[in-house]
Amino acid sequence: MRSFLINRLSQSLVLLVIVSIIGFGVLNLIPGGPLAQYGLDPGMTQDDMARLTEQLGLNRPIWVQYFEWAGGLLQGDWGHSFRDGAPVLNVIGRHIVATLLLMGSSTAVAIAIGTWIGIRGATHRYSVFDYTATIGAMVALSIPTFWFGLIGIYVFSLRLSWFPAGNMYTIGDGSVLDVLHHLVMPSIVLALVHIAIWSRYMRSATLEAINQDFVKTARAKGLSERRVLIKHVVGNALLPMITLAGMQLPSVLTGALVTETVFTWPGMGRLFLDSLGYSDYPVVMGLLMFSAILVILGNLIADFIIAIVDPRIRLA
Amino acid sequence: MTAIAQYQGSTRWWHSRAARKFMRHNLALLGVAMIVALTLACIVAPYLLPYDSLYIDLRARFAPPMTGGHILGADPLGRDVAARLFEAGRISLLVGFSAMLLSTFVGTIVGVISGYRGGWLGAALMRLVDGFLAFPSIFLLLALAAALKPSPIMVTVIIAITSWMEVARIVDAEVRSLREREFVQAGRMLGLSGAHIMFREILPNAMGPIIVAATLTVARAILLEAYISFLGYGIQPPLPSWGNMLHGAQQYLGSAPWLAIVPGVAITIAVTSFNFIGDGLRDALDVRDGHS
Repeated sequence: MRSFLINRLSQSLVLLVIVSIIGFGVLNLIPGGPLAQYGLDPGMTQDDMARLTEQLGLNRPIWVQYFEWAGGLLQGDWGHSFRDGAPVLNVIGRHIVATLLLMGSSTAVAIAIGTWIGIRGATHRYSVFDYTATIGAMVALSIPTFWFGLIGIYVFSLRLSWFPAGNMYTIGDGSVLDVLHHLVMPSIVLALVHIAIWSRYMRSATLEAINQDFVKTARAKGLSERRVLIKHVVGNALLPMITLAGMQLPSVLTGALVTETVFTWPGMGRLFLDSLGYSDYPVVMGLLMFSAILVILGNLIADFIIAIVDPRIRLA
Repeated sequence: MTAIAQYQGSTRWWHSRAARKFMRHNLALLGVAMIVALTLACIVAPYLLPYDSLYIDLRARFAPPMTGGHILGADPLGRDVAARLFEAGRISLLVGFSAMLLSTFVGTIVGVISGYRGGWLGAALMRLVDGFLAFPSIFLLLALAAALKPSPIMVTVIIAITSWMEVARIVDAEVRSLREREFVQAGRMLGLSGAHIMFREILPNAMGPIIVAATLTVARAILLEAYISFLGYGIQPPLPSWGNMLHGAQQYLGSAPWLAIVPGVAITIAVTSFNFIGDGLRDALDVRDGHS
């Protein structure tokens, strides 16, 4: 287990370096580069810009600049927002809870429904249910998340008035129940794609497990079909799902950005778009790097959980 | 397509086992039919409809579907939604298809080199793939779109930058498994150059997975274009695309829901079709599911 974890940890560190290089590349693609902030200020003369270039060391070799930038990231110096001068990490911190809440609830929905559909599809293979689920999953993967959100708002907010059309809470209320009420639609919208993915994986994982020898043994011992299914089949099928949950993180984050925009949910995705609109590049870059680090961290955590849960790795 | 024929050991690809299997795949055929119909409609319909996609008629603002010759209604400027939809389809399908070509090209080259050469170069290239995959695609797309001025060509390039990794991974794995086969060793013994072995001997044998991945990439590229255009950073008006037709549709959701419904249906049909075709090709070409 130790060598497995050390191996994964070092891979993540290498990945972190590569991600920072890509991020630095994007930063330098922005017109004006790190000086973009001052380009917006009409009071800045060419001389001022030249002096700043000198002061910030932007005339030094690119790799020196990279190490300074990456060093800043490591020390928690992520720059300051152009909009209110607050440190980027604080700005992100203000929005992260909303995003994590949305991602968490939608992942819970996706896992619950997806697992159920997948297992049922595998145990009732080639049934009407199975075919419907298969085709439904492919269509669900093809629906643009934001459009599904718009249709949801049209039907459930404007026509039926069941759920609010946006925001995280009613101004002046903000109780847990109120937030939950606002959370329902965005979670389901964000979950749709992942229900499709989870159910597909769960179906094939269950089918794979069903034919294993230990399942036949369990049946031969005279365990009830239900017991065999829950304890031996699903238990084993769920293991790779932990890795899958980690792998799904980038797409959950992508979906969260789009969903937050449609539902004016005050999370990181909305912050990202607002910052883009204001050309607030430090926050944009901060969020870009932060999301990638979150993904790497998520995958690492998934590996750690696997290492603890899976005896084949734990005892190795 | 000739590559598939060689792969299947037949001279006429439509006689091959793969083609027959594909023809039995109902959903894939449905996908092909829908894509052909949609493409033809996008090419022909703008000439048949009574209104031009850019013709502004303020008297027809928010005209509901089936009124005043506006089959699918009119938008806030009184432009015909149907005319814009098919005009937009040309752009969206073209961007999706070109982004697929570009990302498949890049992914194939990277995958072949890393798979064949292996060693530190292969490891470095695959870590680069991992690095790009660590970014949520929409964050990277939007940051790039904001940095570079979005023209249709730039949007295509940006989508390709965030979509080449899957193909690279698939090709890398495929080439790695083929690299030690006898026909490759024979090629080496004959003194063929590395480039010849990589692209003339190994690559044709890896065509199946590449074709499947490329088909699914079209679906993905159409979706990504829709995402960034919806958010206002993709194809810029007055040029219509399915995504930017939806941009701003949200504020008229209560009064003119067709503005939001119509382009979304078109996107869903196009993307579903490509996913169906990809699925059919995967079965027909005996490509392993990449997830197992």
